[in-house]
Amino acid sequence: MNARDAILTAVRRNLPQPPVPLPATHETDRKAIAGGLGYKEHLNHMPEVSGFPDDGESNLPYFLKQLEAMGGRSFDVADATAARAKVAELFPTAKVICSVVPEVPGNRRIADVRDPHELNDVEVGVVRSPLGVAEAGAIWLSQHELVVTALGVLSQHLVVLLDPAAIVDTLHDAYGRLDLTASPYGVFLAGPSATGDIEGVIIHGAQGARSLTVLLLKSGRQPGS
Amino acid sequence: MTQVVDPEARAARFIALEIHESTHDRLVWGMRQHRDKAVAGIPEWEELRELASQIKEHTLTHLDKYLEEFEAKATSLGTHVHWARDAEEHNSVVYDILSAHRVKSVIKSKSMLQEECGMTPFLQNRGIEVTESDLGERIQQLSNEPPSHIVVPAIHKLRTDVAELFAKDLGTDPKNSDPHYLAEAMRNNARPRFMAADAGMTGGNFAVAETGGFVVCTNEGNADIGASVPPLHVASIGIEKLIPRARDLGVFLRMLSRSALGTPMTQYTSHFHGPRRGGELHVVLVDNTRSTRLGSPDFWHALKCIRCGACMNTCPVYRRGGGLSYGATYSGPIGVILDPGFDLRKYRELPYHSSLCGSCTEVCPVKIDISDQIYKWRRVVAAAGLLSLTKRVGMSALGTTLAHPTLFDAAESVAETVLAHAPRSLLYNSLNPWGKHRELPTVPKQTFRQWYLENRKKGS
Repeated sequence: MNARDAILTAVRRNLPQPPVPLPATHETDRKAIAGGLGYKEHLNHMPEVSGFPDDGESNLPYFLKQLEAMGGRSFDVADATAARAKVAELFPTAKVICSVVPEVPGNRRIADVRDPHELNDVEVGVVRSPLGVAEAGAIWLSQHELVVTALGVLSQHLVVLLDPAAIVDTLHDAYGRLDLTASPYGVFLAGPSATGDIEGVIIHGAQGARSLTVLLLKSGRQPGS
Repeated sequence: MTQVVDPEARAARFIALEIHESTHDRLVWGMRQHRDKAVAGIPEWEELRELASQIKEHTLTHLDKYLEEFEAKATSLGTHVHWARDAEEHNSVVYDILSAHRVKSVIKSKSMLQEECGMTPFLQNRGIEVTESDLGERIQQLSNEPPSHIVVPAIHKLRTDVAELFAKDLGTDPKNSDPHYLAEAMRNNARPRFMAADAGMTGGNFAVAETGGFVVCTNEGNADIGASVPPLHVASIGIEKLIPRARDLGVFLRMLSRSALGTPMTQYTSHFHGPRRGGELHVVLVDNTRSTRLGSPDFWHALKCIRCGACMNTCPVYRRGGGLSYGATYSGPIGVILDPGFDLRKYRELPYHSSLCGSCTEVCPVKIDISDQIYKWRRVVAAAGLLSLTKRVGMSALGTTLAHPTLFDAAESVAETVLAHAPRSLLYNSLNPWGKHRELPTVPKQTFRQWYLENRKKGS
C-alpha cells in the first residue's frame, strides 16, 4: 500500500466516535454579505470592547490604534500629490523605490522584474491594500496587489495605500470577503517584521520590512488629481 | 536501548546559574501576562474557545474526508501533494524533491514537524546546507540545541549568551549584547542566504480543506521570504492541521497570537494557495504517529493543539526548569502529553515533570484537557511497568500506608518524632530531592489525630 492509502486507512480505522458536528453557521450568499460570514453571529460582543466602534460608527480610529500597537504608523493624505510628497518626505535618501500604484511613481518598474531576486535592493515598496482589519490593525496583500510577491518582504520599508472604507471590523468579516483561491499568495500584515527572540525585546525589521507606513487615501484617484 | 530522559537532572543544569532561572521565569510569565491582557479585550473569548474546540473535534472525527478534500483542491491549484507515514519517509520525500531540483542550499522557517522528523541533520548528512531563518531557531541551530519553546525557541538564553554565540559564528563584537545590534547582525547575515538558497521550506499552522491552501504564521516574515524568493517552496504539514473552511481561520487566528504573545495577530499571517508566478509548491502531509493517537480515547484531543505555547508560559515547572529539561522536540505541558506518544520508554519521566496544577488546561485556546492527560500518561507509564525504582517503592509503601488506618497513625507519629530529632544530614540528602532547595515544615508536637482525641472526642 502506498503512503497515502496507508495513512487514510489508518485514519479511517481510528476515527474517534461519535462524530462531532461542525458548529452551525449562517449560510448566506457570499456576495450579499457586508458584515461578515459564518461565525459573526455567534460572536457579537466586540462593541463592548473599549474604543471598538458601535454599529454604524467608523472603525478607523480602532484600526489606527491597533496598527500603532503593532509597530506601524499612518498618515492621512488628501490626494495622490500629497501621497507622493509624503513618501518623498519620509524617505528622502531612498535610491530604489518600487511602486505598483499609479498615485506614487517609483524608479523600479515591477513589470520589468523577471526574477524576485532583482528586488533585493529595493528600499521602499509602495502598494495598495484592498482590505484592512480594525481588530488587528492588519492589512491584506496578495499577488494581485504585489505583482511579485517578494516585494512585500524584500523591501526595506513598505508603504501601503488604504481606503478607509475598505476596513472591516474583525477577521470574521475579512474572511467573508476574501476568496483565498484567487491568488497563490495572500498575507495579513500587522505592522512591520518583528522579533522578540532575544530576551523578549521587541525589535522591528527582523527579516522583512523594517517599517510599515499606511497612507489613508481613497482609491480610484489618478496621479496629480 | 534509548536513553531515558531525566528532566530533573536537565533542569538542575539549567538553573545552576540562578540568573537563567529568574530571567526565564520573568520572560515566560511576562508572555502569560500579555496573553491575559489580550484575552480580557475579547469579551467573546470563551465562545471562541468553544467554537475552536468544536471545529477541531469535528475535523478530527472526519479527518479522512478533509484530507481527501484538501488533496484534491490543492492538486487542482497546481500544488504537488505528497504523503509520509513517518519521520523517515518525510525526510526521504523531502530529499527526493530537493535532489530532483538539484538543491544545494535550503532556507527554512520554523517548523516543529520538521524538528520532530529530525529533517535538518538528515539533509545535511546528504550534502544539502540547511539554514534556519527565524532568529530564535538560528540561535538554537548555532548552539546545536533543539528549540526550548515552540514560539520563542531561544527564550532560555540570556542576551550575553547570544552575544557570545554570534561573536564566534557571525563575527560580531562579543562585548555588545544589545538585542538590536544582534538582531541586525542576523538580518545582514541571513539576507544573502535567502538570495542564494535554491529552495525555501516552511511548516504550516493550518491547512484548509475547502480551499486546498495553508497558512503560515510568523512575526519576522522569514517564511514569506523563503517562499517568495527561491523558485521552490516545500511545506511539511501534520495531518492534524486540517480545518474545514476558510471562514474557520477567523476563529483560530483571533486566538493564536493572543494566546502566544498577547498580540492580536502575528505580524505575518500568510496564505499559500498553489505556486506563485514562476514558482513550484510542494506539500508533504505527515502522519508520524498521529493516526495512532487518533484512535486513543484518552489522548486524541491533544491533536487539537495549534502550537501557541500558552500552556508552557503558564506552567510553574516549565517556567523554572526551562524547555531543554524535557529533552524532546515538544516541551512544557503539551510536550508532556505529546512526547510519550513518540517513545514511551524514553519519555517516561516527563508526566512527572508537572505539578498537575491545571493552569495549562485553563489557558488552552482549543480546550485540550492537558492536565488530565498528564495524569493519564502516569497511569500508562505505571501500567507498562516503566516506573523508576524510587517511584515504585515509594508509591507502593504510600499506597499500603494510606489504605490502612492503623499503619497511617503509626507512620505519622513515628515520622513526627523522627523529623523533630533527626540530624540535618539525614533529612537533607540525595534521597530527599524535595529538601534540596527548601526547608521542611516545622514539626508539630502532636499529630492531628492525637489532638482531636484529646480536645474533641472526649466532649462529644
